Amino acid sequence: MDITEVPLNQDGKGKKSKSKRKNVSQEGNGEGSGVETKEKMETNQPVTSTFPPTFSVSEIKNKQRRHFMFMKLKQEKRKQKMQLRKKRKKEREALGDKAPPKEVPKTIENQRVYDETTVDPEDEEVAFDEGTDEFSAYFNGLTNPKVLITTSDRPRGRTVRFCEQLATVIPSSHVYYRRGLALKRVIPQCVARNFTYIMVINEDRKVPNGMVLCHLPDGPTAHFKVSSVRLRKEMKRRGKDPTEHHPEVILNNFSTRLGHGIGRMFAALFPQSPQFVGRQVATFHNQRDFVFFRFHRYIFKNEKKVGIQELGPRFTLKLRALQKGTFDSKFGEYEWVLKRHEMDACRRKFQL
Amino acid sequence: MGDSSRLCSVWLGSETGILKGVSVARKQAFNFCNTSRLSRDQEVRALCWGDPAESELLVGCVDGTVLTFSTEKGAFTDMENVTRMRQSPTHAHRVATGGKENGLKIWDLERPEEAVFTAKNLRDDWLDLRRPHWVRDVAFIPDSDKVVTCTGYHQVHVFDPSSPQRRPVLEAEYGEYPLTALSLPASGNTVAVGNTHGQIALLDLRKGLVRGSLKGLSGGVRGLQCHPSQPVVASCGLDRFLRIHSLEDRRLQHKVYLKSRLNCLLLANRDLEDAGGVAGEAGPQEVKEEEAEGSDDEVWDAMERVGEGPKRRTPEEEVVQKKKRKRD
Repeated sequence: MDITEVPLNQDGKGKKSKSKRKNVSQEGNGEGSGVETKEKMETNQPVTSTFPPTFSVSEIKNKQRRHFMFMKLKQEKRKQKMQLRKKRKKEREALGDKAPPKEVPKTIENQRVYDETTVDPEDEEVAFDEGTDEFSAYFNGLTNPKVLITTSDRPRGRTVRFCEQLATVIPSSHVYYRRGLALKRVIPQCVARNFTYIMVINEDRKVPNGMVLCHLPDGPTAHFKVSSVRLRKEMKRRGKDPTEHHPEVILNNFSTRLGHGIGRMFAALFPQSPQFVGRQVATFHNQRDFVFFRFHRYIFKNEKKVGIQELGPRFTLKLRALQKGTFDSKFGEYEWVLKRHEMDACRRKFQL
Repeated sequence: MGDSSRLCSVWLGSETGILKGVSVARKQAFNFCNTSRLSRDQEVRALCWGDPAESELLVGCVDGTVLTFSTEKGAFTDMENVTRMRQSPTHAHRVATGGKENGLKIWDLERPEEAVFTAKNLRDDWLDLRRPHWVRDVAFIPDSDKVVTCTGYHQVHVFDPSSPQRRPVLEAEYGEYPLTALSLPASGNTVAVGNTHGQIALLDLRKGLVRGSLKGLSGGVRGLQCHPSQPVVASCGLDRFLRIHSLEDRRLQHKVYLKSRLNCLLLANRDLEDAGGVAGEAGPQEVKEEEAEGSDDEVWDAMERVGEGPKRRTPEEEVVQKKKRKRD
């Protein structure tokens, strides 16, 4: 027992001295706070000699006192931060033009791991592959989009309204009641009626939570997770209801090969020639593999100022799988499947 | 072009009709096709070596033509509902075919009127319903008459034509998605299978249990091949990557992005890490071909330490000596 205890105490002393050193450095930054911490350390010293040495707020057993101490700690930290900021700002001002350039904050986007599938616009092979894929008929102007929007069986509540509002966003779209039909039997009928897309909104407990987007006549099919759906009624500072003009489409940040495919899929939902009179824009913005959809109306107030107004709905998509061919979850071949804990183990690696 | 083609140890065919070669040692990929006149009709569906010396490559296209890599053309006879056709490595005149609603058949090319072996369908299930067939890939197990198949209903079957039983002698299941490709590693008793969800597993051929799975794939597997002598397995598929896994620790060794969806793949017999030393190639290659027939765990254990450059010779000589001892 003795032997085990002795090193523990030594460790404690070492830690204590470390924390003291920290306090000293803090003193250099902010004088007032430093004194306070010193006092605290003195009060804690007798405690630390008998009990486990490091002091942490979570060890206080009285809830009220713990809360109080925690608030105090937070305040202190903030104070120090503000002081440091002020100091830096003063230094910058003193240096004037000679000041070193501001550091770019590190985010996981700008620290992104390089993806070798990033599309190079001059690549002949990729251009050929994209030029002859399933969407080439649309991009060559041979077909016009015609979208069928339906839901899982017996939709309730928000899902129905969500579909209706999606239909106002996507021109030439038709909302149909599912009537318990099997998707694999609906698809040939849609192909016969010249639909180019079938969009199925799935719901869970009256909340839309999934979307299957299937390009017709021969795929591909994408499975998305849908989250944070905000319908028009729930939006603040919303504009008047959208007009029937063809909107412009903005696709942001779809850089990898997979992302390109998904971007092309979204683009092919809308007619190719936007009607600029309507001044409406549909945006698919990809950030960290989440695709944010927004629908806006813009106005040029003068040469410099532009005003935008959100029309809604807004929602977020996350790609779950991309399947080659039309919807066939049992025998279809998957081009890409999200494998959780395997693919997203690295937070700085993005798929789209 | 000739120089770069000699370097390549892995060959792949893509959906866009491009024949691709990859040199693992130099980490380079080459396209052997005129990119200006590409068409989807030329989609590569099958690849095999034209001759044992591996100087000619036969390319089977989707429109029914066979191209040799030196641009000679021949006819390709098409059979109905056949998704896979494989030639036996030991008896060159034996061929196995199979497809959707078309069970495994083994043909003797010297007597092409009748199949040598026709597999029987599985027994009806507990509801007395017929079970559908769908052979997706076939392989001959070396050293025996047995044939292993994988089906679109996630089953792996082993057939034994030498026994009177025409139903599979071993049935195993893996996962819940259709199995698309299979390959037999050089060290026996296992089979590597891949499915449409990008999962590859090593199954034990004695009991049909999963020995391990290979990770890192993101799309369905289309082509899978084990190296004839090294413990590595190469896979390609819809995610446009060539991946080479080690069979021992199941770790990903190489990963090459090849821009098009890949349909099939073919490994050269020589060492993967070999940078294509043209001089003195014939010697070691022959040695390896011999070994491919007599698969013995000890020999493979000795094989792992094959390195690059001048050091390489010594372990190979040892192997040869070991072989000799065994023969004695």
